[in-house]
Amino acid sequence: MAHTDTQVCDEKPSGTALEMLVALSSWHWLPLVMVPACSEASSYVNESSNSTQQAPDARFAASSSDLDARISVFELDYDYVQIPCEVTLWILLASLAKIGFHLYRRLPHLMPESCLLLAVGALVGGIIFGTHHQSPPVMDSSIYFLYLLPPIVLESGYFMPTRPFFENFGSILWWAGLGALVNAFGIGLSLYLVCRVGAFGLGDVTLLQSLLFGSLISAVDPVAVLAVFEEARVNEPLYMMIFGEALLNDGISVVLYNILIAFTKMHKFEDIEAVDILAGCARFVIVGCGGVFFGVVFGFISAFITRFTQNISAIEPLIVFMFSYLSYLVAETLYLSGILAITACAVTMKKYVEENVSQKSYTTIKYFMKMLSSVSETLIFIFMGVSTVGKDHEWNWAFICFTLLFCQIWRAISVFTLFYVSNQFRTFPFSIKDQFIIFYSGVRGAGSFSLAFLLPLSLFPRKKLFVTATLVVTYFTVFFQGITIGPLVRYLDVRKTSKKESVNEELHIRLMDHLKAGIEDVCGQWSHYQVRDKFKKFDQRYLRKILIRKNLPKSSIVSLYKKLEMKQAIEMVETGILNSAVFPTSYQPERKQGTKRLSPEDVESMRDILTRNMYQVRQRTLSYNKYSLKPQTSEKQAKEILIRRQNTLRESLRKGQSLPWGKPAGTKNFRYLSFPYSNPQSARREGWAAESTDAEGVEAGSRPLMFSAHARAGSLQEKRPSQAAVLMKRLPGGQKARSFSPRRSWEEQAGRRRTDAIRPRPLFHAVDEEYESGEQTEEETSAVGSGWTAEHPHGREHYTSHSPLLHRK
Amino acid sequence: MGAKHSSEEAWERESRTDLCWEQVQEGLAHAVDFSWAQIKQLHQRFRLLSGDQPELRPEGFDGVPDLASNPLRARIVHAFFDNRNLGKGSCGVSEAITFQDFLGIIAYFRPSLVRAEAPPRDKMRFLFNLYDQDGDGLITLQEYRRVLEDLLSAANPREDGASVRAMATNVAGGALREAARASEHPPEDGESYPGITFEDFVRTWSGIDLEVKMQVSFLNLEALCK
Repeated sequence: MAHTDTQVCDEKPSGTALEMLVALSSWHWLPLVMVPACSEASSYVNESSNSTQQAPDARFAASSSDLDARISVFELDYDYVQIPCEVTLWILLASLAKIGFHLYRRLPHLMPESCLLLAVGALVGGIIFGTHHQSPPVMDSSIYFLYLLPPIVLESGYFMPTRPFFENFGSILWWAGLGALVNAFGIGLSLYLVCRVGAFGLGDVTLLQSLLFGSLISAVDPVAVLAVFEEARVNEPLYMMIFGEALLNDGISVVLYNILIAFTKMHKFEDIEAVDILAGCARFVIVGCGGVFFGVVFGFISAFITRFTQNISAIEPLIVFMFSYLSYLVAETLYLSGILAITACAVTMKKYVEENVSQKSYTTIKYFMKMLSSVSETLIFIFMGVSTVGKDHEWNWAFICFTLLFCQIWRAISVFTLFYVSNQFRTFPFSIKDQFIIFYSGVRGAGSFSLAFLLPLSLFPRKKLFVTATLVVTYFTVFFQGITIGPLVRYLDVRKTSKKESVNEELHIRLMDHLKAGIEDVCGQWSHYQVRDKFKKFDQRYLRKILIRKNLPKSSIVSLYKKLEMKQAIEMVETGILNSAVFPTSYQPERKQGTKRLSPEDVESMRDILTRNMYQVRQRTLSYNKYSLKPQTSEKQAKEILIRRQNTLRESLRKGQSLPWGKPAGTKNFRYLSFPYSNPQSARREGWAAESTDAEGVEAGSRPLMFSAHARAGSLQEKRPSQAAVLMKRLPGGQKARSFSPRRSWEEQAGRRRTDAIRPRPLFHAVDEEYESGEQTEEETSAVGSGWTAEHPHGREHYTSHSPLLHRK
Repeated sequence: MGAKHSSEEAWERESRTDLCWEQVQEGLAHAVDFSWAQIKQLHQRFRLLSGDQPELRPEGFDGVPDLASNPLRARIVHAFFDNRNLGKGSCGVSEAITFQDFLGIIAYFRPSLVRAEAPPRDKMRFLFNLYDQDGDGLITLQEYRRVLEDLLSAANPREDGASVRAMATNVAGGALREAARASEHPPEDGESYPGITFEDFVRTWSGIDLEVKMQVSFLNLEALCK
């Protein structure tokens, strides 16, 4: 045994190096599967997986002894790679299926993705069953709890929309916490009563067993529902209820499950007394609170550590993942809830880590987290499909039908009673429609199945029955409810959030927050707006000082903004001045276009500015998708901001030079000059950008430029010579860019521009003037307006065709 | 139940002495769901702010420490004394407000019992006044920009004024354009859009459920007793 162990350990690193990243997590299981005795947690490993583990072990021993005897030229050793290979194939198959699923546009709207995964799993299961192949023992207790579960929980904790969550914290806690308990005990007890009816042949199901089954079947996994909600844009409190349930439900069910397992074990030896039950309740509370405590502690530690990683930013994602995992492990070691710990850890550190780490690490963290959790979930779903096909089932009509029935009944009871109570405390209660939707969203998922599958056979002689019942409930809810909830939400016409997102609304909502906080202050009310304010102050005063890097004075987005500003100032020298010289604009034609639509990108970017810069650095929008990240990453925002800024400044430049010339026909082409996205130049531009943003020397050199845009008129006078100098220096770059320009009209006008370029003087007064007087209102309206007007016609093209530039930056 | 009753009576007696109770009742007649406990609590608060005077002056708000860091502080205080919000005329600022006025302002943040119209106009008007500081019935670019500057500068204390202002102008301009587009009478070609009128303002709120958003939850302990 020892011999094979070392061999496995030796083999592992080379395998990891060769293997794709996707299979990373699967490789980690390898030693664990091979060494069943190593972990205490595997004390109730089920027997079926134990038996299969013997096979590869034996094979290893055999192959090593064969080697001594003879060396063959060609050998096939599939058994050696069987488990990781099959797992990899599963994941690949699921990924391909997902690709196909999303290729056809309408399909994702019709059914949730979990349907697809289940179907693929069933297909794989059919193949395995048909070929009498032994499926690899992917699932056992320790693998599930130590490797598969943490990524899923971490992901949902990390991507939690913090703000609406804490706004509805009380209701969420009430519903997710008590709801799970009511469901677990309700289903468990009523099933126990059913089992007492002699005719059903279920007499051997004990009270504890049925309670345990109740606890595992009550774990809902409404991720599919969230996707539907997102699409239907249901109101925020409703969304957050379901999200909160998804987040906390797992934790509560698992805690209950573990306590009940402990009771069941105890039951074998001695009777359970009232004291034990009380202890169990106390344990429940301690397990939960302790888990959260450890999570918060580890969250702060990891945030603190990322403060010092500026020189080795490659380590940053590692810190984040390892500390969240460590919080999980430590909590589990102390018999606390690791799930709650890892959730709390993710929520705590997210805010600080995001500001500390570099932009690239941040992206890595996000994608890697999504990927890990999706791999975990895919595996569980596929395994669920695989276990559907097979002989390990026990069908009992009564038990299964009653399970299905009680799941619905108890969910209905818990929803309507708990929300009746919590509505008493809400100024705006959940309507009956909302409650019905919450009731309907009780979709079971991977969690229930895993827990059922992990039931120790020694304690649960009727495990097969439980697994079958869980599968039926899961299939029913995923396929039937998951597919019908979309139409139902639309049919019931649940109160919606805003259909279109607009700058005004974003602004109004921000204003409203402050207004409400202010009114509550005036009234001396203590409520969550004030709690939030208080926390924010505490955060500003102490936490941020400790946890966030000092030498980086700005949050990443602000520093990014600065960088862009500088880059843009340089570009402006290249091109902007030329533009304004050639295309001075009179206000009349712009006003004409003043009421044109803002493009969606404009709206989006302005909302970004608002979300990023007001009150909270975090995003307000509650976009959460389990399977994919929205493309609204900072690269896009960077681009948006850059474009926006460029327009403002150009606008002010133009204003300073408002000669009464007509607008030349080629005006709109200037976008191509000022922002030469077109491919031939992009490589060059990239180099340029790097040069200008990274090197300190360049920064110093171009500083006068950057500030000149904002500087007061007085200081401007002094800086003019240096500006001119820099201008001259930069000019060749500008010309080069221009000569690549694809537009013919450009070439024609180039000569004129070159001569005009040398006189930038009047332009820099513009910004000041803009703020000096209030009488300019009208002018400003049109001036600012024209910035977008000018950009608008080409807005779309830019985003679609030229995006690579900023991505590569 | 008995204890609650007697304390209520005591409070009623007490309040009759130092404020015109009939007036308060009359003022509350316009369908606002303040409970006894809430009025009592608010009255205590009012007296704290006003220093046991029957009238509250703007200086009274200096005593609220948390308000000091609110970026909208000036606007909020102004709203309490704005004649338009108090129903005392179409412009100007009151020097001091009574408890009744105070309640009236707070009432904007309570759910209206009569849900007659989809966007409650009185609440809308209150918000509009928050933006439209000069009372000319238009939110001009300047006014809009100042609101934005308030909000932005509070969140970015380390930013220099210029970049905040640039951002504010930028966004305000965009917001105004958006409002102009959604306007009932979108400006014709060559016409400029002077500012957001009240009607257009209501439109910009169309996506927000004001009844849900504009509410301050008071600890409603009575729900427990029911």
